[in-house]
Amino acid sequence: MEQAVGRAVLRTRALCKRFGRGDALVRAVDDVDLHVAPTETVAITGPSGCGKSTLLHLLGGLDRPTSGEVLLAGSRVDQMGERALARLRRSMVGFVFQAFHLIEELTVVENVELPALLAGRSPRAARRRAAELLDQVGVADRAAFVPAALSGGQRQRVAIARALSNDPLVVLADEPTGNLDSAATLEVLRLFDTLRRAGQTLVIVTHDARIAATADRLISMRDGAFVDDTRLTGATTSALSVLAGLEG
Amino acid sequence: MGRVLLVARVALRDLRRRPTEAVLLLLVITATTTTLTLGLALSRVTNDPWDRTRAATAGPDVVAAMFAPGPTAPGELVALRRAPGVRAATGPYPVVFADLRVRDIDVSASAEARDTAPAAIDQPAVTDGRWIFPGGAVVERGFADALGVRVGDPITVAGRALRVAGIAVTTAQPAYPLNTPGQVWLARVDAQWLSTRPVAWVLPLRLADPSAAPVFAGAHSTPAIRLRPWQDIRDRSVALVAIEQTALLVGSWLLGLLAVASMAVLVGGRMAEQIRRVGLLKAVGATPRWIAVILLAEHVLLALAATVVGLAIGWWAAPLLTNLGSGLLGTPGTPALTGLTVVEVAGTAVLVAGAATLVPALRGAGTSTLRALTDPAHPPRRWAWLIAVSAHLPVPLLLGLRLAIRRPRRTILSLASLVITIAVIVAALAMEHYAAVLSARPAESGHLPGLGNPLVDRVDQVVLVLTVVLSILAAINAIFITWTTALDAQRACALARALGATPRQVSAGLSAAQLIPTLVAALLGIPAGLGLYRLAAGGDAGLTPPLWTLLAVVPAALIGMAVLTAIPARLGARRPIGDILRSE
Repeated sequence: MEQAVGRAVLRTRALCKRFGRGDALVRAVDDVDLHVAPTETVAITGPSGCGKSTLLHLLGGLDRPTSGEVLLAGSRVDQMGERALARLRRSMVGFVFQAFHLIEELTVVENVELPALLAGRSPRAARRRAAELLDQVGVADRAAFVPAALSGGQRQRVAIARALSNDPLVVLADEPTGNLDSAATLEVLRLFDTLRRAGQTLVIVTHDARIAATADRLISMRDGAFVDDTRLTGATTSALSVLAGLEG
Repeated sequence: MGRVLLVARVALRDLRRRPTEAVLLLLVITATTTTLTLGLALSRVTNDPWDRTRAATAGPDVVAAMFAPGPTAPGELVALRRAPGVRAATGPYPVVFADLRVRDIDVSASAEARDTAPAAIDQPAVTDGRWIFPGGAVVERGFADALGVRVGDPITVAGRALRVAGIAVTTAQPAYPLNTPGQVWLARVDAQWLSTRPVAWVLPLRLADPSAAPVFAGAHSTPAIRLRPWQDIRDRSVALVAIEQTALLVGSWLLGLLAVASMAVLVGGRMAEQIRRVGLLKAVGATPRWIAVILLAEHVLLALAATVVGLAIGWWAAPLLTNLGSGLLGTPGTPALTGLTVVEVAGTAVLVAGAATLVPALRGAGTSTLRALTDPAHPPRRWAWLIAVSAHLPVPLLLGLRLAIRRPRRTILSLASLVITIAVIVAALAMEHYAAVLSARPAESGHLPGLGNPLVDRVDQVVLVLTVVLSILAAINAIFITWTTALDAQRACALARALGATPRQVSAGLSAAQLIPTLVAALLGIPAGLGLYRLAAGGDAGLTPPLWTLLAVVPAALIGMAVLTAIPARLGARRPIGDILRSE
C-alpha cells in the first residue's frame, strides 16, 4: 500500500466538499482518500448526485475543496493559486466532459489545437499535433467541420483528442458516454481502452457499469463517499470487455 | 381594458425584476430626451430682450459707417440723411479703435464721440451710473462685465485718463463679445485726439418703413459706405444661441444614435433570457402579437418616464443657455414647453426604445416555443480567417479577437458607439484648439487678453456637457458590453481556463474584445471628429489641432477602455469553472 502511495500520480487525503449549511448542508464529497498510480485507469461509478463529478472537478483543480488535500504529481493542487492551477491543467490534466464542451464556432481541428495554443506552442506545431490526434481518434476526415455537423460519438472523440493535446499526465473524464447512444458509447469505450493499453493514466467518472471494461480499478461512490474499491484482474476485465462488446 | 392591464402588469413586473438594467435604460433615454428638449427649447427662443433694448435705446433701423480720416464727416455719408425713405438721423459720430487700459488689462476698444445731451436716435440706455460728461466715459455693458469695471473706476483711452460715468446697452451693434472690439462712448471734448487718428464715421438712421431696412441698406451700400440693417444686428445678437442650438441639435442626434446602440446592447445582452421568456409566454397561450406588445410595453414605459425626466431637466436648464448675455435688457425667460416639443421628445424616446426592442420582439415572436424554452441563445458566428489569424497572436489577443468576432452585431454596436464618442471628443479638441488660438491673439480679435473668448467659452461649455454625457453613455456601453460578453462567453471562457488559460489571460481577453473595436473606432473617430468640427464650424474651421494631440486620442481611448472593462472582465473570469460547466 505504501508503495502504491509513493508512486501515485494523483492522490487525495480526507477530501471534502460541502455545499450549503445547517439543514441544507450537502456533503458532495465526504472524506475521500484516493490513490491513482501511473498508467492506471480508475472508473468511479455511482448513482446520479453521489458526488462523482464534483470529485473529478476537485481532482482537476476546477473547484476548491472545503477541506482535505489533492496532490497531482506531488504538488498540492488545493493550495495553488488560480494561475498555478491554470498552468497545472495546461501541462498535466486533460478533461473530457459529458456535454463535450466543444466551442461551436471553431472547427474540429481548431478545437483540438486550442490547448496547445494556450500553452504557447507555435500555430504550426499545434496544428500538426491536432492532426495527429484526430487521426488517432478516427475523425481526421472531419477536421474542417464545426461540432454541430458531427454525431455525438464523433464529438466526444474530438473532445478526447483535445484532452490529449498537451500530452497530459492524467485524463479526467466526466460521464464521457452520458450523452451518447449505444453505438457511440461503444466507439468511445474502445478509444478509452486504446488509451489504457497505451499507458495513459485515466480517471473516468460514470454511472455506466460498462465503462468498467476499460478500467483497472472500479470505485463505487454513494453520498459523497467511497463504498467499494475493487481492483479488476485481467480475467475480470476481459470478461467485462466481452460483456461491453469490446472483445469477442 | 383587461388585456392592457395585463400587459402593463407583466411589463412592470419584469422591469422590477431587473432594476439595474431599468435604471440604465432610463439614464440612456433621459440623456437623449434632455438634450433634445434643450435643442428644441433653444430653437424657440424669443427675441424679447433685443426688442426691449431696441425700444429703450431708440435703436436705429440702419447704421451707416464709413472710413474717412479727418476732422469732418464725409459729405457722401452725410448725404444719406436726405435719402428717400429716411425719416430721421443723428450724427455722424466719429469712431476710432483706441487702446483701452483698465487696471493691468490692455485691450482694443471702439471709442465713439457723442454729445453729452441725449440723442433722439440710438441713445444708449444707461443701466448703471449716468450718461457721458467731460472726463466721464460710458462702457457697453457686455464689455464692462468682461473687463470687470464699475461706475467710478479709472480707465485710460488712447492715453487719456477718464472715469467710468456709466454702463449702457445699445442695439446699434451687437454687444461684446459678439462684436469686437468692445464699445465705449466719450464726450466730444474728451475726444479731440480723434482728429489726429484714422477715423470711421457712423450714422444711425430711422426709416419710414423699418421693415424695408435690408432693401434700403442694399440700395445705398457702396464700396466706401457700409449699411447694416437692424434685422442683421438682431440676428447677430442672438447668434450665440443659434450656435448653441446647432451644437445641441447635432449633439441630440448623436446622443439619439448612441442611445439606440446602448439600448440595443442592453436589450440584446439578455436576448437569450428574453427569448426564453417569450417561450414561457407562448407556452401559456400568448400570441406572437401580444408578446411583441409586452416586450415593447416595457421599453415604452421607460421611454415615457425618460421623456418626463428629460423635459423637466431640459426646461430647468434651458434658461442657463438662452441667456443672451448682459448686452441686452432683460432675459428671454424660460422657453415655452409647447405641446409640439413634448410630442417631439416623447416621439423620439419611443422611437429609440422601439428601434432597440424590435429585433428581440420579432425574433422572439418568430421562434418556436420549444426552441425558445430549450435553446434560446443565438449560435455564435464563425469567421474562419480571423480565427486563423488569431492563432498567431499572444493568448489574451487570441481570446479577445475570438470573443469579439463571435458576436459581430454586438461588436459593431460597440464600434459605432465608440466612433460617435471619439468623434465628439476630437471635435471638442479641435474647438478647444481654436479657442486657445483665438485667446492667444487678443489684439487681433479684440477679445480680452488672458480671459479667453467668452463667445467660444460658452459654446465650449455646451460641447463639454455633450462630450461628458456622450462619454458617460459610451462608458456605460463599454462596461455593459464587456459584462454581456463575459456572461455570453462564460462557457467558452471557463473552457479556456479548464484547458489551461490563466484567469488573467481570460480577463485580458475579455478586455481585448473591447480594445480591438476601440482601436478601430479611434482610427475612424479622428477623421469623423474633424469632419464633424468642420461641418459645425463651417467656414471658420481653418485650424486643426496638432497631429500629436489627435494621435494621443488613440492610446487615451485604449487606456480608458482598459480601465472601464477591467472590473467586469475580472469578475467575468473569476467564477469557478466547475460551477459554469456544471450549469451547462
